[in-house]
Amino acid sequence: MDITEYFSLVFSDYTLRTITLGTAILGAVTGMLGSFAVLRKQSLLGDAISHAALPGIAIAFLITGAKDSNTLLLGALVSGLIGTFWIRGIVKKTHLKSDTALGLILSLFFGFGMLLLTFIQKQPNANQAGLDKYLFGQAATLVESDVWLMAIITGLCLFVLLLFWKEFKILLFDADYTKTLGFNTKFIDVLITSFIVLAIVLGLQTVGVVLMSAMLLAPAAAARQWTNSLSTMVLLAAVFGAFSGVFGTAISASQTNLSTGPVIVLVASVFVFFSFVFSPSRGLLFKQIRVIKNRRDLELHKTLSFMYHIAETHDNISHPHAIKLLNNFQGYTKSTLQKLVEKDYVKLEGKMWRLTETGFNTAANLYTKQSTDDE
Amino acid sequence: MKTKIAVKVDDLTVAYNYKPVLWDIDLEIPEGVLMAIVGPNGAGKSTLIKSILGILKPIAGSVTIYGKPYEKQRRLVAYVPQKGSVDWDFPTTALDVVMMGTYGSLGWIKRPRQKEKKAALEALEKVGMLAFKGRQISQLSGGQQQRIFLARALVQNASIYFMDEPFQGVDATTEIAIINILKELRKAGKTVIVVHHDLQTVPEYFDWVTFLNVKKIATGPVKDIFNDDNLTKTYGINYKVSIQE
Repeated sequence: MDITEYFSLVFSDYTLRTITLGTAILGAVTGMLGSFAVLRKQSLLGDAISHAALPGIAIAFLITGAKDSNTLLLGALVSGLIGTFWIRGIVKKTHLKSDTALGLILSLFFGFGMLLLTFIQKQPNANQAGLDKYLFGQAATLVESDVWLMAIITGLCLFVLLLFWKEFKILLFDADYTKTLGFNTKFIDVLITSFIVLAIVLGLQTVGVVLMSAMLLAPAAAARQWTNSLSTMVLLAAVFGAFSGVFGTAISASQTNLSTGPVIVLVASVFVFFSFVFSPSRGLLFKQIRVIKNRRDLELHKTLSFMYHIAETHDNISHPHAIKLLNNFQGYTKSTLQKLVEKDYVKLEGKMWRLTETGFNTAANLYTKQSTDDE
Repeated sequence: MKTKIAVKVDDLTVAYNYKPVLWDIDLEIPEGVLMAIVGPNGAGKSTLIKSILGILKPIAGSVTIYGKPYEKQRRLVAYVPQKGSVDWDFPTTALDVVMMGTYGSLGWIKRPRQKEKKAALEALEKVGMLAFKGRQISQLSGGQQQRIFLARALVQNASIYFMDEPFQGVDATTEIAIINILKELRKAGKTVIVVHHDLQTVPEYFDWVTFLNVKKIATGPVKDIFNDDNLTKTYGINYKVSIQE
């Protein structure tokens, strides 16, 4: 199946439609919530949560003996939440920094989860095979009820986000100040964190424990490059996330043996790469272009001001000078002078260059306005 | 006429671990003063403010604002945190940050409307930042960011202002602009409490001062207690300051 065939089938084929919808919704909700994680400098929280969810999946299976995805995800949710609040506890109660706490909980829970998985694999239970799909995810196992669950939780998340938008925003920016205004910051914090845990757990079946954090971070990191408004950033992150889901599914469906989760993550990374390079205000490319342009302008200004200083010593400001004299001092090239001619700051007569009235006035006012611009 | 006590602190003790950062602080701040809190690094100046404001939980002690517990008097109090305490690359504008000052009176869920926006714009004008209202906050200079924080507190229209080092890292122009606003607040009968580092400017800017070094060393009018004796007690070295009149 090639990619055009995919898009013609996506509306009619049940499996394709389910998977595409599922990954799109998942991308949207993780993108939205990921913006908050990124802005709180909790980028690694997602990684810790997803890894912390693994033992929950295993324990839920051991208790129920069934492979019902909702039961397993409930287990994941519980252990993900436990992991998250342990991390908060460690940071609060000890001298450890949050990256240490995250790393600690991540490896502890993941190690325990792996231990349980190996234990389960040794059990004489026909159901056991397939639990390890939660490691890397398997989008093909998504069924309609999974997508419904995702849609409901995304709707709920959107509702809470709109309801508490103002509270979320101020907490993200300045938590201490928020407290002095009388808001219960702990409540807001727990609310955001719980939704992040919920979104991650939702994605485990599709993307898996190991790559899940990318779903949280990549769309948000990409979105941050394009805007300076929080609402636009959250919206863009949701769009990037959703497109990553759709394109990732399309690419993996049109090739054989391409696992969906990793492809979605790769597509999201393409968004990140593109945004980092091409964003007009924060992107590397335009930043570099601005640096070069600034340097050129400065060179021009230096030449102009050099001529200005010479002109000050003459009665006639337009006293002509040979290029030799000009570049003997500072080594500026003919091309800089020619650019000044284009701007009408300098006139070329024969082989002599002279400052014009405009050039003289411009040079006199160069960089004297800086302080008023700035303050 | 006896002046009212705006802020009263009783037996306040705060510790991060075992060692107390603040020990048994008793403090009465009269209404309408412009007070500096001075003391060496680690003296607990910021901690004192944060404990009064309920950001930090003290081990012991109580705080009252105009005779009632702080929790009931929040609306009377505004806070200007240290500029470095937030990430200025946060995706928002100057106006938006100042609007946050209205969130407290709005309460949960309710969104700011025209009225709140108008108040925020007025505060921006007061600090001379109206022209920068739409500017992304990371593109403001340090002094401008400080003014935005000040405007955010002004919008709260409080009676008591707590400011944590508002002069840190600002240039002379901004410093003068800020102190003028503080003096105007005092003129309007407000109480302003400022964590301050530059001892030289204390007599010029403030009329009330508290010396702090884990314990309260002294508190009172600048003209009475801002002397070498208290400075030496607070800073531990033989301190000589020439008080300019």
